[in-house]
Amino acid sequence: MKKYNYLMYALMGLSLIMIGCNPQGKSNASSGALSSNAAERVYVAPGQLDEFYAFVSGGFSGQLSVYGLPSGRLFKVIPVFSQDAEKAWGYNEETKPMLNTSHGFIPWDDAHHPDISQTNGELDGRYVFINGNNTPRIAKIDLSVFETTEIIEIPNSAGNHSSSMVTENSEYVVAGTRFSVPIPQQDISIKDYKGNFKGTLTFISIDPEDGGMDIKFQLLMPGFDYDITHPGRGKSHGWFFFTTYNTEEANSLLEVNASQNDKDFIAAVNWKKIEEYVNKGGGTKMPANYAHNVYDDDTHTATSTMKKEVLMVDPSEVPGAVFFLPTPKSPHGCDVDPSGEYIVGSGKLSADLTVHSFTKMLAAIEGKKFDGEAYGIPILKFEDVLAGTVSQPGLGPLHTEFDGAGNAYTTFFISSEVVKWKLGTWEVVDRQPCYYSVGHLMIPGGNSRKPHGKYLMAMNKITKDRYLPTGPEVTQSAQLYDISGEKMELLLDFPTIGEPHYAAGIPAEIIMKNSKKIYKLSENKHPYAVLSDTDARVERKGNEVHVHMSMVRSHFNPDNIEGIKVGDKVYFHVTNMEQDYDVPHGFAVIGAQTSEILIMPGQTETLLWEPKQVGVWPFYCTDFCSALHQEMQGYVRVSPATSNVPLSFSLGD
Amino acid sequence: MKKASVLMILGPLFLLGLFIFPLWNIMLGAPQYPEPLGMNIFINGIKGVQEFDIKNIDGLNHYIGMKTIPKAEEMWEFRTFPLVIGGMVFLGLVIGILGFFGKVGYKWFIGWFVLMSILGVLGMCDFNAWLIDYGTNLDPKAIMKLTNPDGSPLSYKPPLFGYQKMLNFDVTSLPSTGAWMMFVGMMMTLAAFFMGWKQHRTQKLPTVLVKWKMHKK
Repeated sequence: MKKYNYLMYALMGLSLIMIGCNPQGKSNASSGALSSNAAERVYVAPGQLDEFYAFVSGGFSGQLSVYGLPSGRLFKVIPVFSQDAEKAWGYNEETKPMLNTSHGFIPWDDAHHPDISQTNGELDGRYVFINGNNTPRIAKIDLSVFETTEIIEIPNSAGNHSSSMVTENSEYVVAGTRFSVPIPQQDISIKDYKGNFKGTLTFISIDPEDGGMDIKFQLLMPGFDYDITHPGRGKSHGWFFFTTYNTEEANSLLEVNASQNDKDFIAAVNWKKIEEYVNKGGGTKMPANYAHNVYDDDTHTATSTMKKEVLMVDPSEVPGAVFFLPTPKSPHGCDVDPSGEYIVGSGKLSADLTVHSFTKMLAAIEGKKFDGEAYGIPILKFEDVLAGTVSQPGLGPLHTEFDGAGNAYTTFFISSEVVKWKLGTWEVVDRQPCYYSVGHLMIPGGNSRKPHGKYLMAMNKITKDRYLPTGPEVTQSAQLYDISGEKMELLLDFPTIGEPHYAAGIPAEIIMKNSKKIYKLSENKHPYAVLSDTDARVERKGNEVHVHMSMVRSHFNPDNIEGIKVGDKVYFHVTNMEQDYDVPHGFAVIGAQTSEILIMPGQTETLLWEPKQVGVWPFYCTDFCSALHQEMQGYVRVSPATSNVPLSFSLGD
Repeated sequence: MKKASVLMILGPLFLLGLFIFPLWNIMLGAPQYPEPLGMNIFINGIKGVQEFDIKNIDGLNHYIGMKTIPKAEEMWEFRTFPLVIGGMVFLGLVIGILGFFGKVGYKWFIGWFVLMSILGVLGMCDFNAWLIDYGTNLDPKAIMKLTNPDGSPLSYKPPLFGYQKMLNFDVTSLPSTGAWMMFVGMMMTLAAFFMGWKQHRTQKLPTVLVKWKMHKK
């Protein structure tokens, strides 16, 4: 009996200890990563590969960064809209035309919403598209080379924010204007906004063979702000949805004046119907001026063409093509679930999330149950199209993605959290905090019929104390959650390049097998390429000097050049003769007012050098290419403008 | 003798594989080359395993002063070997067909096998001599001159057969599909000889013994 007493005391003592350790009664789950095996789940051991690629917009960096998930490791920053001296993007002669616009050479933009091309509603990993917000442009990045290969300017647009989403067979990439403007542009008073300013929604066709972009038509919409967009899919394929705000058509102090209407709209656009109309000769050809820039992988050179016309469609002339779905309080995110039935509008000033039903919308259109019209576009009745409401899920809803298992995940900027809820029952299942003020979120394939619902990446606007301080400017960040279970689990924080406005994720195996290792020298069609050592030479045309140079481990050919004069424009056309994976060479010359050039195997790039001083000036390889990298150097002799030193070049004498 | 002759006809045909598949394969892996560089040695020339392997092997070898890997037209072997193999296939076929019709005996089969073996050994010796020259006949102006601990110049001769560590490279040299087909084909001719020989012996045995043997079964 005594024995049992001891045991009782021991148990009582143990329970006291346990209570003492957990005074607030907190569960282990809330004590974070240490209690779970979060570290293990994001640890990708040395030499191992990540499961997903994440293409994360660089926001005001203008670029697109490529991360691995779940590790959060950064692989590459792809230059898109901003000059990048590292890769000579916008500095070398070949890529300068990529940044040409109707406003001239624009070396920066605000990159927003990457979206991956699809086939049959599933990610096919051929291209990723991203929009430049400031000087409206859409770029296409070819995922066989991870380079920007095409940029098209969007005319009649301003603040290209409602972009760049792709339809489920990559028929179109769509770009909506955030700011309405006079169309065509004209010198009028800003106060004449109402009725005179218009917004365009631009449908850019994608060539099924080479991915070439071409503006098929622009839809001339009322002067609202078009915020975010998503295509229909599955049953709603053929439709496109755009959130709007400022249906008040205010032109000043929008934070107050554009927040007056109880409901703004989601614009539902039946693009198939408009495509039909356009194919039959519908629409009006309107003068325009916009740049179309294409990079050719064979010539390794971009060309910029100014286009002079665009096809404008007035929606009131295509009955049954465009409808307005009333949606509470300045909706931001506009997201369509994988089945295509639900359209989620995140009224950012509303306490509730509004979900519209595509089926109900079709029925309401069929029954002509309209609640008036705006500029000739029928407005459907809110109650007739409403599928349901997620009641009081959080504050400041922005964006929603889906896991393909019947759950939706919405970010809340103000309450700084991501909330999981069920489609159909609209009940909130789980919520997890974000650090801090989350904007977008991404589930790989979340914008397709087939999401890969294993991870969720939240993109935060504010980080404050989450990382070591770096002065007043601190990083934005991404946070990775495991969403494979009923409850979401925070696994990892990692910093991002610029401000991540959205991301697109895709299983690595879809892309990695197509990733190019080298450019074939035999396919190099660059006009100044050096395909064999006998092609290396220097030629003068007036004050232009063209150096046809080759580089291979570990020398330049030629590496001694004389007869250059002050005032010459020296073009170094440098070909990397390597045909081996991961052997780039760089080229830099003292006093170049451009950048270095970084040349991949089989590629030719051109650096313009305008020497200002007499002397003998070195150039060298900037990429540690081989054991004799330090020997990879040469000299250029620059003589006075009046000199008659003959042009000569040599290698190894 | 008919069955043996069929084998003697089929065996040499396997040598035709040498016109399609490589005879030998040498792979070079290194930390920088997780996907190794490789060369396939055919009877009519040397090709890279991947499109640019030969170019890249030559590129690396120039640091240590090795000659470039010979093109087909630079070595007499690549003109001669196809003729020799073609001739031996033809000869084997003729012997097999004549054997089938009883015009020649089984000893011709072993004759072909022995001749082929001698030619094979000669070929290997020649190959090894080339490897020695390739690995030791270095440019005196080589960028990197490496020596053994005793001061003699380091040899870059790849192994004729098997594995060897060579500076940062792991070198593996092994017979390839063509050689294996040749081996199988030659074994078939050897088998043809044994079958012919056995049959010949059986035919020569006294009738009584044959009957007794059959009884035992």
